[in-house]
Amino acid sequence: MSPRRTETGGRIDRLRTIRFTFDGAPYTGHAGDTLASALLAKGVTLFGRSFKYHRPRGLLAAGVEEPNALVTVLRGDVREPNIPATMVEIYDGLVAVSQNRFPSLAWDVSAVNQLGGKILLAGFYYKTFMGPVIGPLKGTRFWMFCEHFIRRAAGLGRAGTAPDPSRYERMNAFCDVLVVGSGPAGLTAAKAAADQGARVILVELEPRFGGTANWSGETIDGAPASDWAGRIVGQLEGYDNVRLLPRTTVWGYYDGNTLAALERVTDHKEVPAKGEPRQRYWAIRAKTVVLATGSFERPLVFPGNDRPGVMLAHAAERYANEYGVLPGERIALFTNNDSAYRSAVALKKAGAAIVAVIDVRSDVSNEMSRLASEAEAELLAGHAVVATEGGKALAGLKVQRFDMISGALSGDERSIHADCLLMSGGWSPTIHLASQAGAKAEWDPGRQAFLPPRPTQRWPTQQWIGAGAFTGSFSTAEAIAEGRAAGLQAAGGTASLAALPVVGAAPGDPDPAPVFEIKAKGKSFVDFQHDVTAEDVRLAHREGFVSVEHLKRYTTLGMATDQGKSSNVPGLAIMAEALGKPIPEVGTTRFRPPYTPVSIGSLAAERFGDLKPERLTPMHDWHIANGATMYSAGLWYRPMIYGLAGETVEQAYVREAKASRESAGIVDVSTLGKIAVQGPDAAELLDRVYTNVFSTLAIGKARYGLMLREDGLAFDDGTTWRLGEQDFLMTTTTANAGKVMQHLEYFLDVIWPELKVTVTSVTDERAGAAIGGPNARAILASCVTGTAVDNATLPFMGIVHGQIAGVPVMICRLSFSGEMAFEVYSGAGHGTRVWEALIEAGRPFGLVTYGLEALGTMRIEKGHVTGAEIDGRTTARDLYLDWMLSKKKPFIGSAMMDREGLIAPDRLQLVGLISLDNRPFNGGAHIVEELDEANPHDSIGHITACCYSPALGKYIALALVKGGKARHGTRAFVSDPLRNRYGPIEIVSNHFYDPDGSRMHG
Amino acid sequence: MLITCPYCGPRDVIEFTYQGDGNRTRPQPASQDLDAWNAYVYDRLNPAGDHNEIWQHSGGCRAHLRIVRNTLTHEILSTAFARGGHKSAGHKAGGNQ
Ligand SMILES: [Zn+2]
Repeated sequence: MSPRRTETGGRIDRLRTIRFTFDGAPYTGHAGDTLASALLAKGVTLFGRSFKYHRPRGLLAAGVEEPNALVTVLRGDVREPNIPATMVEIYDGLVAVSQNRFPSLAWDVSAVNQLGGKILLAGFYYKTFMGPVIGPLKGTRFWMFCEHFIRRAAGLGRAGTAPDPSRYERMNAFCDVLVVGSGPAGLTAAKAAADQGARVILVELEPRFGGTANWSGETIDGAPASDWAGRIVGQLEGYDNVRLLPRTTVWGYYDGNTLAALERVTDHKEVPAKGEPRQRYWAIRAKTVVLATGSFERPLVFPGNDRPGVMLAHAAERYANEYGVLPGERIALFTNNDSAYRSAVALKKAGAAIVAVIDVRSDVSNEMSRLASEAEAELLAGHAVVATEGGKALAGLKVQRFDMISGALSGDERSIHADCLLMSGGWSPTIHLASQAGAKAEWDPGRQAFLPPRPTQRWPTQQWIGAGAFTGSFSTAEAIAEGRAAGLQAAGGTASLAALPVVGAAPGDPDPAPVFEIKAKGKSFVDFQHDVTAEDVRLAHREGFVSVEHLKRYTTLGMATDQGKSSNVPGLAIMAEALGKPIPEVGTTRFRPPYTPVSIGSLAAERFGDLKPERLTPMHDWHIANGATMYSAGLWYRPMIYGLAGETVEQAYVREAKASRESAGIVDVSTLGKIAVQGPDAAELLDRVYTNVFSTLAIGKARYGLMLREDGLAFDDGTTWRLGEQDFLMTTTTANAGKVMQHLEYFLDVIWPELKVTVTSVTDERAGAAIGGPNARAILASCVTGTAVDNATLPFMGIVHGQIAGVPVMICRLSFSGEMAFEVYSGAGHGTRVWEALIEAGRPFGLVTYGLEALGTMRIEKGHVTGAEIDGRTTARDLYLDWMLSKKKPFIGSAMMDREGLIAPDRLQLVGLISLDNRPFNGGAHIVEELDEANPHDSIGHITACCYSPALGKYIALALVKGGKARHGTRAFVSDPLRNRYGPIEIVSNHFYDPDGSRMHG
Repeated sequence: MLITCPYCGPRDVIEFTYQGDGNRTRPQPASQDLDAWNAYVYDRLNPAGDHNEIWQHSGGCRAHLRIVRNTLTHEILSTAFARGGHKSAGHKAGGNQ
């Protein structure tokens, strides 16, 4: 016989039939079924193939801890692999497939791994593949060869490659009390806290609130526990200070009581409602957390414990009571504790025959004997299961006498005919979240389990209170009492005098016998999902892996997607025995987020695609309308060239640069960082942050400045304008605007709070245009009103105020291009008006607009440095800016800049390069003294910027070269193996063009 | 992690920029004591426990804060403006003041 649906019972809706497919075959189930319960109801026992040995596997559990029955759910082209069938709610049209089988679940070619047996022992991967190459079939190269086949044969589900069309959402929530888990403890806690007026969020990972109350068969205040739970949920739904989140898994517990949760909003629906996301990521900040996460039943470790038909006792009880599904007709139970007796009675009531209760304990209490009789089961006390039989379903099992103290088996094996074997190895509290929060679990010898620290213990940044089975209090009566106390405490309330509900439950001692493994011949599995056997754990010990963390990594025990939810404690127990140490001395590993797998989509939520803000200058639209090709520089968009029809980029920038030097050119410089430095100590601050002196700067004049970092390396450069006695406008490079601002703020706030200065970023307040060239002054003269712009009124580095097209402007005569040039600033809102007026005024003079390429070309010709040379490794001296290092005053970096390594003569220093073969350079190419294309070696430096220079008629570059200045006039080679560019060069001064500055000074 | 800015109240750590070890003392600007400069620029305490730190509320009021933070538990024990003045006590988890 096989599993079947019972005639009555369960909380499924038998009137609603749902159709779905599994591995291509059509099935039906009922509303309320999981994929696991629906398939089990149809007699399916084989759900998957195991990870390494491809052994047939069935359902072990009924909930989130299921390690065997992992499936892939398909929605169109989108695959979601590795979902426990126990967590998939069926819906019409659901398409699910099994995993890790080839070509099919029933006929799997890799199942021969079972026969080979020994080849995939613990450490197989390390031993075979991680070592050096000894023979022809060993080592990492061999791994690279085999990887493809092994990854196909061993492993879990396959991820899809189709883009995920689903929408995900991120929510932030705040509450006084977050209750995790909605069993009797969690429900009571939520109700108690809510009654105190606290803002409560109750989170349940299953679709239905109530936890064990949904299937325990117990009564509370005389009514079925499920009715009691339903009533409380109904009350909570009416509270406006309570938020209920079903199908939501709290998967991470972070600093400051921030918890991460995943709500599966529409995974259980055939068609989502309008606007619903697939999943919702909740970031919940709670003042206090109540952990009511319950416990997991543990398997027992014995030969054949992984055969389909071997299941956890409570899981079978749950399938019967919650889903109306009997996992077998003739059921045997194997236990080391009392809880399995309750399961036996429940399954008997549901219609199964209970053939035997096999208990490792020879001493079974009268109460348990009575429960065994009630189940009409033969009680085999002091016995153990030593083997199971069957293929894709269970056929029977063998038992022997067992001595609990010595672990010895004796007497004849006896065969028992059964189609389902339920096991119970005791219970482990679900302490994962507490462990993530830093709590150190304590071994409880009575419960034979790791318990969270006492609830009174306080953690500084994580405040939680435990309740119910989570704390090791396994009875419903205790769960309700602890839940109420936790809820009250979390909400800051006082003890309630109201009587607690009366629970009607089967009796039982919560403490199991300390038996985890039956040592008999055959494979006994500890970690079902990663196929780790008890022998693998002992082998790891024999090979010297004595730390629990090493054991975990070597055997991969507990490292599968289920994170060892069922295997952790049995594995530790076996390790402890091998070490001859008690379990608490072996210790446990720390659980880390996520508690269950989390979709990457939910973490990204709405934050995908290109999320950078775009910074556009005031003249952006004009540039686009006038044919500019835009270039993204950091967050900014700037014109690269204003190309004419048919022009290449090089032709365009050469034309723009040439025209700028012959007549005039104009460029948008609004992106330069601009910081208003104001206050009585503004000049003093500038003297401290710049290497040169600013306090002597006259009002209405500007000065070029250089900043160093504290360690003496160059940081940023720019001009600063003195607009008044206490009023300066600092400009920075576009790239460093934010960093310079932060630098100034740090020194003013932390180091020199006594300086009376304010700094304000005004980058976005002003539009800037730089106009330069032999005709620049004439163009300005023709359009500027309110001031003269002649040499007397506006000398080099002078500042005047006037109007252009009626707009107030500030004009400073300074030059980046090397021509006589002016920077014109106006309010950002008037930027385009001023720009257009300048273009109009320049028309008779042949004024051209130019972009970043021409700007770069002209600065390379002049040998000016930018971020490419101020790269965080160069000093002022490396860049020949030592003339700016004041000797009259200390400044940031002055004490550190003269350290030995920073003044060594063989440092990389700024030079110019000329291509001797008339071919273009590439940025980043190396400079060598000896050309060796086959084996490039001994770089003496690299190119930082390069262009074709219309002024020189040559391809030129700036470079950082070892001992650069001493090499002026010498020859070397460019060596660029990546782009296959080699050739002769001449090293020259970085000042290629107009080195004495006669053009700039006019 | 929440940091309680004396201006802005408890805010998420993503609004703040770590600006270094708060135990460092900058030598007098004219000091030529290279050892002292070296210690200031490079030496860090890196304790496992309470640590004095400078944070800037860069995504908020932009003030620099002196914070005592436990590097093991991430508990913030005290917060104050780096330039002096108002000092707020550390906060417990969940924004309890
Ligand atoms: Zn602030």
